[in-house]
Amino acid sequence: MRILLVEDDQTVRNFVAKGLSEAGHLVEQVDNGKDGLSLAISEKFEIVILDRMLPGGVDGLHILETLRRQGNLTPVLLLSALSDVDEKVAGLKAGADDYVAKPFSFSELQARIDALVRRNRNEIQPQTRLTVGDLEIDLLSRGVKRAGQRIDLQPREFRLLEFLMRHAGQVVTRTMLLEGVWDYHFDPQTNVIDVHVSRLRQKIDKPFGRPLVHTIRNAGYMLQE
Amino acid sequence: MITGLPAFLTKAKGRLQSITLQFALAYGVLFVVSAVVFLSFVWWGTVGLLERQTERSITADAHSIFSTLAVKGHSGVVGLINERLEQDVDDNAVYLLVSSQNEWIAGNLEEWPAIVQRAGRWYTLNVKRIDTENMARVKAFNMPDGDRLLIGRDMSGRSQLSRMLTEGLLWTCVMVSVLAAGGGWVTRRLLRLIIASISKTTQAITQGDMTRRLPVLGLDKEMDEVAHTINEMLDRITRLMDGVKQVSNSIAHDLRTPITRARNQLEEAANQAKSPEELHEAIDQTIRNLDHLTDICAALLRIAQIEAGARRSAFAPFDFIMALRDVIELYDAVIEDQGLTLVHTMPETLPCVGDRAMYQQALANLFDNAIKFSPPNAQITITVKVVPPPTGPKTGPDHMILTIQDQGPGMTPDDMARATERFFRAEQARHTPGAGLGLPLVQAIVQLHGGSLKLSAGNPGLIVTIDTPISTGKH
Repeated sequence: MRILLVEDDQTVRNFVAKGLSEAGHLVEQVDNGKDGLSLAISEKFEIVILDRMLPGGVDGLHILETLRRQGNLTPVLLLSALSDVDEKVAGLKAGADDYVAKPFSFSELQARIDALVRRNRNEIQPQTRLTVGDLEIDLLSRGVKRAGQRIDLQPREFRLLEFLMRHAGQVVTRTMLLEGVWDYHFDPQTNVIDVHVSRLRQKIDKPFGRPLVHTIRNAGYMLQE
Repeated sequence: MITGLPAFLTKAKGRLQSITLQFALAYGVLFVVSAVVFLSFVWWGTVGLLERQTERSITADAHSIFSTLAVKGHSGVVGLINERLEQDVDDNAVYLLVSSQNEWIAGNLEEWPAIVQRAGRWYTLNVKRIDTENMARVKAFNMPDGDRLLIGRDMSGRSQLSRMLTEGLLWTCVMVSVLAAGGGWVTRRLLRLIIASISKTTQAITQGDMTRRLPVLGLDKEMDEVAHTINEMLDRITRLMDGVKQVSNSIAHDLRTPITRARNQLEEAANQAKSPEELHEAIDQTIRNLDHLTDICAALLRIAQIEAGARRSAFAPFDFIMALRDVIELYDAVIEDQGLTLVHTMPETLPCVGDRAMYQQALANLFDNAIKFSPPNAQITITVKVVPPPTGPKTGPDHMILTIQDQGPGMTPDDMARATERFFRAEQARHTPGAGLGLPLVQAIVQLHGGSLKLSAGNPGLIVTIDTPISTGKH
């Protein structure tokens, strides 16, 4: 996958580029807004990672707005030290697909990149049915079945499972779950997410022996066969 | 001289822009105008009255002479005039009857005054009687038999009165002017005094003395109101500045602890780790410490931002109960998991205007605390009530009272007083995770909505009470 990375801080840039290269992606690195803008416009990338604040007059939001004005719909992930909710909203309003606040862990960044790319592909064909292994959910009737057996889920548990299914095979962080399932933009001190995931496991994994929801250490969860 | 004039004009213009001078001038002008109106009335009421009385008596005289002429004829009129002149004790009557050929017939004037040309008009002129020459008010009449009659009254008495009055009024004018100038000056001084006290205080504050306040003297309602408003503004600025000071102090002191911890761990690992596993463990631990540090920074920034009131732009109508149920739904699994029970009493719905996400964060913080400090099998009670405004009927919107009670160790009164300070952690809480920023954030959010946060003892446990006016969005 071809990724454009526009970030002026060398340490952060190397850190991200190295991690992404190791994950098998092809990373174009740029350290200023002007070059970033011309590359983003002239070449095709599957995802653009933009630092919000860049030296040289052309900042991340400017690049993003220019891209969107030209009808370029490449997924854009903003990186920023401005961690506030309002800043996040401003970034998303300008057309960004996701927003990661600095400092961030690489697993968080990678999980979000994967989710973005996946979403971009899925949007082409809307799905009414998701399947992972012998687990399947029907998005219209809200029914859940595993190995042909019906499972009753609370509405919130269903949305949690749906989120995990949509990101099957990818790491999903706790913050992503809070944002995606509960729409909360703060981190509770209590391990509320862990408890909810553990309840979900009780229903969809425990009776069937073979677990589908896996805990990824220091990162989050992954639904996988 | 040429350059002097514009300079003088500029100075005068500059002085006119002074509000105190404008007030003083307005006062003076108002005073003089009312005095002039008053004095004109006095003049009209005295001198004018005399004149009108004279004219009335002349007219009455003419009537009686005309009727005598009709009854007794020409000789009767001459007799009447002579009789009137004989009976004139005050010696102020003026009569003259002349024939159509201007020959003297009767009266105390020797000849017809040249100025009096037309009959039926009032004249004020000098007339020469037998022995005296005086000002008189006269009117001429054409008799039906062709004679001409002049009737008048000597005005010397009136002119004396008029002179006296004019003199008196002139002096009054002088006095009024002096009083107006003096009053204006006093007004100006008073205004200057009041304004000077404001500007002196604000100057002191500008130079950094934030303890200064404007005096509320209780003499002047409006000025006291202004002083009160300015003082309130200063209080708020002081609070904000204290907040900033506290944050910088916190950054200097409290953030050092986790930084030190992370640094020590890394140094220890670098020097003493015997295996890659140990090294990894130390690095993971350091990352966790740094993440904790990031959370602290974010929370501090958030509190500061909320306290500055910047987030009021995100206010929108929402149902508080729905928001609360949402948070309960997030936490009920954990509560159940830890063997706790949650009891809640709340109305069906509670529409209000505010920042829903902020309120949910505040509620989440309170749940975090209640869960953290609850012993096993304890109960957490949450109630929401709507009560009328506290002071008198209809003084504002209804209030929402939300309480969360746990059965944990509670807090000592001293700790309660300090619990909303940033980084404060009660002695019993030292061994639990947290940074001492939860309640300060809740307090900031509640205050953003115009409410207050109160802690009290639940025996056992702690009762957190939030009291907020239910905003309907109209300010």
